[in-house]
Amino acid sequence: MIEIKNLSKSFEGRMVLKDISSTFDKGKTNLIIGQSGSGKTVLLKSIVGLFDIEEGEILFDGRNTRTMNFSEQKLLRQEIGMVFQNGALFDSHNVEENVRFPMDMFTTMTAGEKKARLNFCLDRVNIKQSNHLYPSEISGGMRKRVAIARAIALNPKYLFCDEPNSGLDPVTSILIDALIKEITAEFDITTIINTHDMNSVMEIGDNILFISEGQKCWQGNSSQIFNTRNKKLNAFVFASPFSKKFREIKQMEDDE
Amino acid sequence: MGIFYHIGQYFLLMVRVFKKPEKNSIYIRQLILEIEKLGINSIGIVAVISVFMGGIITLQLTYNMVNPLMPTYIIGLGNRDTLILEFSSTVLSLMLAGKVGSNIASELGSMRITEQIDSMEIMGVNSASYLILPKIIAVVFISPFLFIISVFCGLVGGLITGPLSGAVTIATYLTGMTTMFVPFYVSFSIIKTFVFGFLIASVPAYMGYYVQGGALEVGRASTKAVVNTSILILFFDLVLTQLLFK
Repeated sequence: MIEIKNLSKSFEGRMVLKDISSTFDKGKTNLIIGQSGSGKTVLLKSIVGLFDIEEGEILFDGRNTRTMNFSEQKLLRQEIGMVFQNGALFDSHNVEENVRFPMDMFTTMTAGEKKARLNFCLDRVNIKQSNHLYPSEISGGMRKRVAIARAIALNPKYLFCDEPNSGLDPVTSILIDALIKEITAEFDITTIINTHDMNSVMEIGDNILFISEGQKCWQGNSSQIFNTRNKKLNAFVFASPFSKKFREIKQMEDDE
Repeated sequence: MGIFYHIGQYFLLMVRVFKKPEKNSIYIRQLILEIEKLGINSIGIVAVISVFMGGIITLQLTYNMVNPLMPTYIIGLGNRDTLILEFSSTVLSLMLAGKVGSNIASELGSMRITEQIDSMEIMGVNSASYLILPKIIAVVFISPFLFIISVFCGLVGGLITGPLSGAVTIATYLTGMTTMFVPFYVSFSIIKTFVFGFLIASVPAYMGYYVQGGALEVGRASTKAVVNTSILILFFDLVLTQLLFK
């Protein structure tokens, strides 16, 4: 479980996150949603430690990151897997080397053990016969899947995904969502996903945190989102005619 | 204030770069790759430029220095000392600052804007050390060899151009090459190549590592890296010449 308490962050005097508190549960897909520029990525990067926070606390299963020393932080980071918006695969490494990188760096596994783990991770994300291809030679969807395979290579306790569906077609997006949800449940990981993809919200939103202009506006799950009276959330979630229609149908079904 | 900020940031980065590596075997593998990429791949251009420069220095000495009061072997001697003292150490380093420096700055800058460096940090890897230390060691290690290759090729260039232009015979050129040789000149230049090698790798690495923005900023960082490294090379050339020849 990850808890954030009264988190604030500013850049050059401009407050980007204002007093955000929330809890992200273990074994569930926790979503952070909000408009572009609302502070989702800053929040995610603050939680993983890429940005220093000015105020507040972040607790990973009760371990406060602000009171950790350097080596404790380093150990914590080895428990974290992250999937970046564009995959962030190393250009100079092929698929196999990318997934093997954390194992090479932090484990004393034998070559055989690494190979077995590599095959397991690549099988799990459905990547076949692409081990020697470079990131520039594979599709966007494959890059995301390789990034997920790399993120789970060291059996992480926490998985972070920054807009995993951006730039993907709807079918591939659904596959990526399903894969993240399955992995979360299978390995009992605390997963936090940053998204503004409404399909993800409906499909895998076990716990949803909505932020607007750097502030927490709403928290709930994908079924509660249909009945909310929060104006900002409604304006965000049901912005498109398609989603408005969807809500009407859903409400009619519920009334019946 | 800007310059002090950058100097401070640069030294803080170097502190991170020279921290104990996470895994020596991985760093050694990286080092070998960097030696090949930054050093071995520069041998061709170093050889070509040095041959031409050796020939040009020979011709310039012929047209400007030789007179009835001067022995013609001065051409070989002048070419040798020019190559050893300045061309093969300083001018070559300026050229490498362009080739290797822009390569390092753009590589790290691209990695920064595509979040590859962030992903290393999240894994717990000291990205500064993993990405920059092998580059610094590779360039510092390979620079003296490039210097020696450059001196050799420059002398060969003079040896070809001198007799072909009718300015000097092979025998006279070789006499000049071996007359009044001061071994300290070589030590002096090798010391310079170590310092310049460090600058060629570390300054562009700093510029690339802290890029913010997009492709345009990567290009700017690459240009800044070459300009700043070149200025620093000339500054340290001045300082080292004063210190070591005093």
